[in-house]
Amino acid sequence: MCTKCCCDSGAYYKAFEDIMSECYHGNESDLIPILQKLQSSYGYLPKDIITRLSQRTGIFETQIMGVATFYSQFRLKPSGERTIKICFGTACHVNGSEKIADALCDELKIEMGGTTEDNKFTLESVACLGCCSLAPVMMIGDETYGRLTPDKARKIIRELYAKGDQK
Amino acid sequence: MKIIIGLGSCGIAAGGLKVKEEFSRLISENPGAGAAMSETGCMGMCYKEVMVEVVDEAGNSTIYGEVNEEKARKIFESHVLGGKPVAEYTVRSSTEPNEQDSFFEKQRRIVLARCGHIDPESIDEALAMDAYKGLEKALKTMTPEQVIDEVLKSGLKGRGGAGFPTGQKWKFARAPQSDKKYIICNADEGDPGAFMDRSVLEGDPHSVLEGLLIGGYAIGADEGYIYCRAEYPIAIKRLNIAIKQARERGFLGENIMGTGFNFNVKIKEGAGAFVCGEETALIASIEGQRGMPRMRPPFPANKGLFGKPSNINNVETLANIGWIIRNGAEAFAAYGTAKSKGTKVFALAGKIARGGLVEVPIGIPLREIIFDIGGGTSSGKAFKAVQMGGPSGGCIPASLIDTVVDYEELNATGAIMGSGGMIVMDEDNCMVDIARYFLNFTQSESCGKCTYCRIGTKRMLEILTRITEGKGTEEDIPKLLELAEQIKKNSLCGLGQTAPNPVLTTLRYFRDEYEAHIRDRKCPAKQCKSLIKYAIDPDKCVGCTLCAKNCPVKCISGSVKKPHEIDQTLCTKCGTCKAVCKFGAISVD
Ligand SMILES: Cc1cc2nc3c(=O)[nH]c(=O)nc-3n(C[C@H](O)[C@H](O)[C@H](O)COP(=O)(O)O)c2cc1C
Ligand code: FES
Repeated sequence: MCTKCCCDSGAYYKAFEDIMSECYHGNESDLIPILQKLQSSYGYLPKDIITRLSQRTGIFETQIMGVATFYSQFRLKPSGERTIKICFGTACHVNGSEKIADALCDELKIEMGGTTEDNKFTLESVACLGCCSLAPVMMIGDETYGRLTPDKARKIIRELYAKGDQK
Repeated sequence: MKIIIGLGSCGIAAGGLKVKEEFSRLISENPGAGAAMSETGCMGMCYKEVMVEVVDEAGNSTIYGEVNEEKARKIFESHVLGGKPVAEYTVRSSTEPNEQDSFFEKQRRIVLARCGHIDPESIDEALAMDAYKGLEKALKTMTPEQVIDEVLKSGLKGRGGAGFPTGQKWKFARAPQSDKKYIICNADEGDPGAFMDRSVLEGDPHSVLEGLLIGGYAIGADEGYIYCRAEYPIAIKRLNIAIKQARERGFLGENIMGTGFNFNVKIKEGAGAFVCGEETALIASIEGQRGMPRMRPPFPANKGLFGKPSNINNVETLANIGWIIRNGAEAFAAYGTAKSKGTKVFALAGKIARGGLVEVPIGIPLREIIFDIGGGTSSGKAFKAVQMGGPSGGCIPASLIDTVVDYEELNATGAIMGSGGMIVMDEDNCMVDIARYFLNFTQSESCGKCTYCRIGTKRMLEILTRITEGKGTEEDIPKLLELAEQIKKNSLCGLGQTAPNPVLTTLRYFRDEYEAHIRDRKCPAKQCKSLIKYAIDPDKCVGCTLCAKNCPVKCISGSVKKPHEIDQTLCTKCGTCKAVCKFGAISVD
């Protein structure tokens, strides 16, 4: 059970129960859709939820972990308030996405895949965001930022921090 | 007047939703204008997003490019209210020639016929442009064998990469007797930098459903799956809407169009694994397991999903089917070359002036796609190579630009037709770096089941990384070639078997670049960070301090109006100084 936050276990497990009754039809092929729903509800796949899922379905915990670690979509750790997705697709690569990543790692003082100390940002790489004609591209939340330069990328982050401070 | 906004992923990324809001507001503020708004998918000209089409009462169409909220107001005022099109934003017009017309002149649209012309969320608009007519013809006037025959005669080959004749594949899947069969649409589109399938799903989902239904009828399946990347939320949303509408209209479900044919479709979302594009891995993934390929035989046609005979086709392959049945095999085979028929959709991207989605008849020379349609390089610098087929494909150099687009001709260059990703590169792109990029991708996507793919690609990546860092040795090239050969020969699935291709083609056409990295410790394209140095020319530097102000690591020093200097020990080679210098005083060597 989650011990770090103030939520009571009833509310914490409600999402789990809802997802199980919606998605579990007694088949192993339900596993990936269940994990996807769990992640979008909890933000990641908490250990105790995986244990509970195993007890409920009879699918071994090792097998669930096998699936969860195989697919890049699944996260076993919580992420920051916002996720910055830098496109590493081919079009973005040939237009210099590595330099964008370098600049943001330096600006935020984290590595790719890491979360800032203040928990504000997680930096992730993705393959093709689907707007190659705007390359290089990154996405923060639902907002897409195109035709980036290292400098522009740094400024966007600084502006987001500045806006956050005002609030 | 009708205002149609292009809201494919590309349009939305470029700010399409804001433009839509602005038009909504303008329409509600001007109820007397008689303007209505609708949406459509990708119109193909991604380089001009956000795109907005205005169709007047006479049916004349004007398409505007690079629209933002301000331009939206001007278009509304001048064109919608005043009846006068805004010439300076126009990229295509049904009444007047436009300089952008050359983007369309050499295209032939079968798969994309409705994309960008209909509202993908309206089945009525699709029906008005012949959707499901092929299905009706197949179900009411043809036997499954006749459908297979027609597809065989059309010469359609799988568009997912391998290029296997679709009719043949259906024949194999029809043959086994079974109480249950499945037909699966592969919408995993794994090539990073390709977006053909996504655009079709977003722009005309009914074309894919129709192909899936006809395929199901042909092989004797009553259930279909669409395995779609989770990264394509808009495609998934529109597919769900399309399925619901098709069911309401009796194109899906029980006793379709009164013919006794039953068919249902489910969507499965992928979870981010390139290897799941491979047929047996995709099946494992639908079954809820790790997406690892298995040995074939048994082939999916005999033992596929849940152990039942199954057939897997790519999105674009299926989107061709309705057209072929409707118009006949001959009409389709009229396009193409002796051995490869029809058209192919390409996602043009990279250093290309007009990036976007294009559909061309097979047999067109690469030169026409890149220069006549694509407008050459975006930088204006010399065209160097085009990468086709993504991580399984290869780089075709400028010297082979007259190669025609056809499965056999492209294979002869060492590249492949692939699924349709076409990445253009100019002289600033380093070919060793490109090879390393793709190998890094395949290496991290290798499922790890077979040794050659898991460890072989890792060793190749290490060598390539070493070369780009200026630590390569003379033995590295022969070692790369040897590893490549072993990996191709001994890997279990297509991922490993094709992973060395980007390295092999760049070695074949750009060996001198590898050698420059190894022998001279130089990157001719000036891309590999370990091998380049930024320097300020004291004769050109006027001491404006702009570079020092912008340097993110503060490694540039100097006083005002005096030449500046870069501290090489601190420089991260980000290139900012060169980009901001107004006097061309910064050189890279
Ligand atoms: C590693 C790997 C990745 C693949 N990715 C895709 C893909 O993303 N989309 C696709 O349609 N086919 C992909 N394929 C090819 C499919 O395995 C299969 O050949 C294709 O879906 C068959 O459809 P078609 O005959 O209509 O082309 C991939 C193959 C391999 C080996
Ligand atoms: S490669 Fe970055 S958006 Fe396509």
